Amino acid sequence: MKTTQQLEKQLKRHSKAAKLEIWGKVVSFSALLLIVAVVVGIIGFVASKGIATFTSNHVNLWDFLTDKKWNPGITDANGKPEVGALPMIVGSFLITILSAIVATPFAIGTAVFMNEISPNKGAKILQPVTELLVGIPSVVYGFIGLSVVVPATRAIFSGSGFGILSGTCVLFVMILPTVTSMSVDALRSVPRYYREASLALGATQWQTIYKVVLRAATPGLMTAVVFGMARAFGEALAVQMVIGNAALMPGSLVDPAATLTSVLTTGIGNTVMGSLQNNALWSLALVLLLMSLVFNLIIRLIGRKGRLQ
Amino acid sequence: MNSKTQNKIAIGTLYGVAGLVVLILLALLGYILVSGLPQLSWHFLTAPAKAFLKGGGVGVQLYNSFYLLILAMLISFPIALGAAIYLYEYARDNWVTTTIRTAIEILSSLPSVVVGLFGFLFFVVKLRLGFSILSGAFALTFFNLPLLTRSIEDSLRTIDLSQREGGLALGLSRWETITRVILPAAVPSILTGVILSAGRVFGEAAALIYTAGQSAPALDFTDWNPFNISSPLNPMRPAETLAVHIWKINSEGIMPDAKAISSGSSAVLVLAILLFNFAARYLGKRLYKRLTSA
Repeated sequence: MKTTQQLEKQLKRHSKAAKLEIWGKVVSFSALLLIVAVVVGIIGFVASKGIATFTSNHVNLWDFLTDKKWNPGITDANGKPEVGALPMIVGSFLITILSAIVATPFAIGTAVFMNEISPNKGAKILQPVTELLVGIPSVVYGFIGLSVVVPATRAIFSGSGFGILSGTCVLFVMILPTVTSMSVDALRSVPRYYREASLALGATQWQTIYKVVLRAATPGLMTAVVFGMARAFGEALAVQMVIGNAALMPGSLVDPAATLTSVLTTGIGNTVMGSLQNNALWSLALVLLLMSLVFNLIIRLIGRKGRLQ
Repeated sequence: MNSKTQNKIAIGTLYGVAGLVVLILLALLGYILVSGLPQLSWHFLTAPAKAFLKGGGVGVQLYNSFYLLILAMLISFPIALGAAIYLYEYARDNWVTTTIRTAIEILSSLPSVVVGLFGFLFFVVKLRLGFSILSGAFALTFFNLPLLTRSIEDSLRTIDLSQREGGLALGLSRWETITRVILPAAVPSILTGVILSAGRVFGEAAALIYTAGQSAPALDFTDWNPFNISSPLNPMRPAETLAVHIWKINSEGIMPDAKAISSGSSAVLVLAILLFNFAARYLGKRLYKRLTSA
């Protein structure tokens, strides 16, 4: 009897290969779980710190989003701390939208050129240049902004030269390569027979590009632009170096202003953990985080719509 | 206006737009290199920085950048590799996988400041690691993980299905097929992805300001005991990297030759990234030839 039991055990036991298989599956799955844990951890931590302004310091959420005075250390006439984040929110949105408006025609134009008009020159000159520029660190963009763009704005518009305009210029150049290379991918995914059919119908090259290729690639192009906007919105150092860091409502494009990211980079190190000043900054970080989730959602929605078509 | 003139005007405009973009981008590169290259010298690359005097170098910062890069890569590569393997080779197409993919996408779209701030909160404050190379390396890992995972997954995707079938038909388990057949075949493109992501990590600053810190204590390059505070290998010392250095000296404004130093450092960063790009292409091609005898 004992031998059959032993035999059964032996037969039912996992082989060495099967054990290795389980081990590999577990290890690779835990690596994946770790990444998910990191995401949950980041969102959870930043959210819990960001909410503290409203729960433990009793700042009104609506006041936080709409007040124009940012001075977390000072209390106003009613004894409430001045934590109006509107100037930074406006600043962030302004530079994001402006730089996207400027960059989009250039990026899509270049992408069309690379893919439709002169694929040869596109592959030889434009492709390597954009690829390289995607990788240039943002501080380098910031430094060039500081030493070229800011003096130029100062010379043209007087004032300090720091402000939304300089920030827009820097972000424009920064997101241009990213949006361009993503637009190229979008155009490339348009099937070749679309173009052939259009040309065979007697359409000119421009008519083909405008009425067929661009229309077919619209979801992809929109994704590229939103992606560029997300990058512009979250960019910290390059913007912080040229925006002037004055947490005021921007009166004009050449007045010093501030963005969510610029206030965060300059402020976090100068405040005490757990104080209202510090919590208010974490609330800004939370706004930043939520906005990046919104951008993510928009990209998803565009992608889904593109697939339905 | 007939459609032919319209066509000519439109195509002409597109030529103009593309030309302008090339001009902007080349001017940018040219500016970095022309203003930066004259600053480079052996002294600049090796001497420690001086805060209030002219003539400092970026030796410590440059070393810190590489050390952080290597540490971050050592931590993030195995995790990204495991995650990519599971995602591509094992994961079924169900809601769990979709959720995980969404999470990775979210991580890759998070602004690097937010990642840096989380690193500050968690590693520097909660785990009491202080401003240190280790905190910085973890922050860079988070920043790097989603990109690296995606690039490794793409590499796995390029391997033909018949390779997997071949492995399984020979009686190998899936894990054995992956480690013995798929991974060796994917090495060239994985390596390319790793080097390209190294370029991004090398220039990252926003995630490091509040994790690896903004100060670069002098290092004693003869002391290789990792437990000594001035040892280059000590992972618990604060370490300002080259990218952070550019940001810091420009926003503080106390260094008299800040502009020259930043120009030089920018050129070093851009050259390093150029080098990473070329190395990625060259090594990828070379390895591919050697491994596939193609």
